[in-house]
Amino acid sequence: MQFTVNGVPREVDVEGDMPLLWVLRDELGITSVKYGCGIAQCGACTVHVDGIAMRSCQLPADSLEGAQITTLEGLAEGETLHAVQEAWIAHQVAQCGYCQAGQMMQAADLLAAVPEPTDADIDDFMGGNLCRCGTYPRIRAAIHDAAARLREG
Amino acid sequence: MSRVGTIARRSFLIGSAVLAGGVAFGVYTVRRPHENPLEAGLAEGEVTFNPWVLVGPERITLITPHADVGQGVAHMQAMLLAEEMRLEPGQFDISFGDPSPAYWNRAMGEEGAPFLSSDQGFAARTTRTAMGAVMKVLGMQVTGGSTSTPDSFDKLRQAGAIARETLRRAGEIRTSIPSDQLRCEAGAVVLPDGTRIPYTELSAQAATIDPVEDAPLTPRAEWRLIGQETERLDIVAKSTGQQAYGIDVSVPGMVHAAVRVNPRRGVLTGYDASAARSMRGVSDVVEVTNGVAVVADNSWRAFQAVNAVDCDWGPAPYPAEQADHWAEVAASFTEDRLDREWRAEGDVEAALSGDVIEAEYRAPYVAHQPLEPLNAIVRVTEAGAEVWTGHQMPRFLQQQVAAITGHEADQVTLHNQFSGGSFGHRLEFEHVRLATEIAVQMPGVPVKLTFQREEDFAQDFPRQIGMARGRGAVAGGRVEASDIQIAAVSSSRSQMGRIGQNVPGADSQIPAGVWNVPYAIPSYRVRAYAVPELAPTSSWRSVGASSSGFFGESFLDELVHAAGADPLAERLRLAIDPRAVAVLEAVAEMSGWGREPAENRGLGVAMVESFGVPVAEVIEVEATAQGIRIHDVWVAAEVGTVVDPVAFENQVQGGVVWGLGHAINCEITYADGMAEQSNFDWHDGMRIWQAPRIAVRGVELGGSVRGIGEPPVPPAAPALANAIFAATGQRLREMPFNKFVDFV
Repeated sequence: MQFTVNGVPREVDVEGDMPLLWVLRDELGITSVKYGCGIAQCGACTVHVDGIAMRSCQLPADSLEGAQITTLEGLAEGETLHAVQEAWIAHQVAQCGYCQAGQMMQAADLLAAVPEPTDADIDDFMGGNLCRCGTYPRIRAAIHDAAARLREG
Repeated sequence: MSRVGTIARRSFLIGSAVLAGGVAFGVYTVRRPHENPLEAGLAEGEVTFNPWVLVGPERITLITPHADVGQGVAHMQAMLLAEEMRLEPGQFDISFGDPSPAYWNRAMGEEGAPFLSSDQGFAARTTRTAMGAVMKVLGMQVTGGSTSTPDSFDKLRQAGAIARETLRRAGEIRTSIPSDQLRCEAGAVVLPDGTRIPYTELSAQAATIDPVEDAPLTPRAEWRLIGQETERLDIVAKSTGQQAYGIDVSVPGMVHAAVRVNPRRGVLTGYDASAARSMRGVSDVVEVTNGVAVVADNSWRAFQAVNAVDCDWGPAPYPAEQADHWAEVAASFTEDRLDREWRAEGDVEAALSGDVIEAEYRAPYVAHQPLEPLNAIVRVTEAGAEVWTGHQMPRFLQQQVAAITGHEADQVTLHNQFSGGSFGHRLEFEHVRLATEIAVQMPGVPVKLTFQREEDFAQDFPRQIGMARGRGAVAGGRVEASDIQIAAVSSSRSQMGRIGQNVPGADSQIPAGVWNVPYAIPSYRVRAYAVPELAPTSSWRSVGASSSGFFGESFLDELVHAAGADPLAERLRLAIDPRAVAVLEAVAEMSGWGREPAENRGLGVAMVESFGVPVAEVIEVEATAQGIRIHDVWVAAEVGTVVDPVAFENQVQGGVVWGLGHAINCEITYADGMAEQSNFDWHDGMRIWQAPRIAVRGVELGGSVRGIGEPPVPPAAPALANAIFAATGQRLREMPFNKFVDFV
């Protein structure tokens, strides 16, 4: 099957029910996409499919023919980081960092839909992304900061 | 092994009393330095001054041997070295280095001594020294017990200062300019005329001279990196998807493996793998201890295939049903199970002869479950074994692997990795053993074992299960007597037993946070009872204090309320350690304690000392129609000196979230011998919508430097329970709290 990952056309020969998570990690070597639970409970595997944040552990390969897939590696525009990444660095959000790619992909989608999110918006939209290290106060601050960076261009 | 080594080996422990080994060592044994592991691998033109610094013509490498499981200690270690070497971030690489006895942990032995942290008496000091000797003679390289910062603080600054002064001396030889006219700055020796000679250009020169051991430390007022807000060395990589964890490592020729091991921890009595063998990508099905492994060309295919193996599991070696675990704990308050009477002050019996306040508390098994599932790559050849994984006990790992492959421990190479969390999980060895068992059946082939989340839950060694019974008395508005009896399984004995180690003496973790309270209660008694092993358990972030801190500070709160006293004022009145007073006063001020809370709101306080760090927390909750909402947490901790303020705040916030989340909604229960919770849908901890604002203050009284990874955890649960009582009048005496109240 064929789809596009971070702007590059890719073709893979896998079982139709292999989740995108494992296609990306084990077949294409894209490792920012993390395995955490396999049942859409942690959000560590979040990627954008046609611009929408989705759990790649729940997307069978055969549902992705022609899809545009973006991982954290593809979120930056060349050398310029996405505002979410800049804010994540400025606020030093990460501890172990294992969930943070998924957090940032989810946050980028939130900001695309809601440019000035309230704390309640953040709660609603980020609730599926688990951080076992407990970086939530920093995630919240970084999302508000990223929103401001995007507004200021 | 030598007799001394044998004595020490038998007596090693984490977090409990040990003396047998320490006093037996001769002075020479203890003083003899370990070899510098960097000497062996020096390339042309490289020089090493000690086990932490490697300078070559091309680059400078700082060895940061404490494992980084997210707590930020790779950065912390590098900053201590870079401060003294006058290096700027970006001028050096970091490496975890090879396992070596030279990286023995100087703080962990002291921490295990069963004395109050404020006790500087002869017995306390002698015991700490003796326990440090055990750690040194055995070369115990361990990351745990919140010891990375206290272990590193003096040691790495000295190592960096020696490197700096030796390079300065090399500059003197090179230029014939007296060294007192040479400055060390930004990775270079600077001549009086401003000419810079980078350290890398001095490495060959430096290799010809002995290290300058007389190297002064930089005064605090001149620190550029220590105590300052610096950018974590890994923060860009972790914000751009470039940070590789163990699970991301790929080795040429690698195959992918998955296991299923008896979830009852009994034997494998039979299995049918015929369906699995015919699945796409599957190359082999092999037996491992108590289970079966599938080898395939992709992780997911290995998962699918191993799940298709039909396994017959033998029974559990512990009670099959959870109710029987609790019954065993409840039956353990007996003379023959008394582990130790830790405190006996005043006349408890007389004080409790009148009106007595009684309460009973429970803390369940809880799983570790860091977000990166356990994984390891192992390749076994005739010459030795190579391992790629993130682990906190590298030298024990070498022994564990060698015992399976038949090599000597030093023939096992560990490539230690950054880890996606641990919380105690990466002190265990099962995944490494299993990967090794598969790898020995496929010589020369790198085998990558990844646990499915469900397997990780099933094979996790949870926190100890425990109960407490408190009896107390109050008079004249004061707490007068408290008698706390705690019965718990010994996670220390369970954990060390799995690697063939004894924990001699009483286990100080059973009553941790209670036996060592910095309060002067006129009549105070603490007894710990050791429940015989039930389900195997392990160290879980903050270990014994995670449950006993909840018992002690909840019961104290009940007594304070019975006395009609103010919870914070009464704690301050009882506190005898200036550090405890300081953190209580800090949270009183931060939270505006004493104000009238808004309707349906309440404030609770708790203060627990663990790992030598008193931490006070005040929590404000609101009882809403949808349940309890946690609005704010104010935290103060006394660590002597805050070495890395960014990591400090992050660890405190994370520790509070960890403590609260698990207190609210997590437990592991057993049915038919198996853990009933198998994924984050039934054991998730805190989510962002429940996370409160968390204000953090580091109190620095300038004494011993302590670690902050674990101490913020224990006060969180009792502060929350006490706040819920203040808001609703309902006492929560058992975790998880969501069995009794709803949370928003």
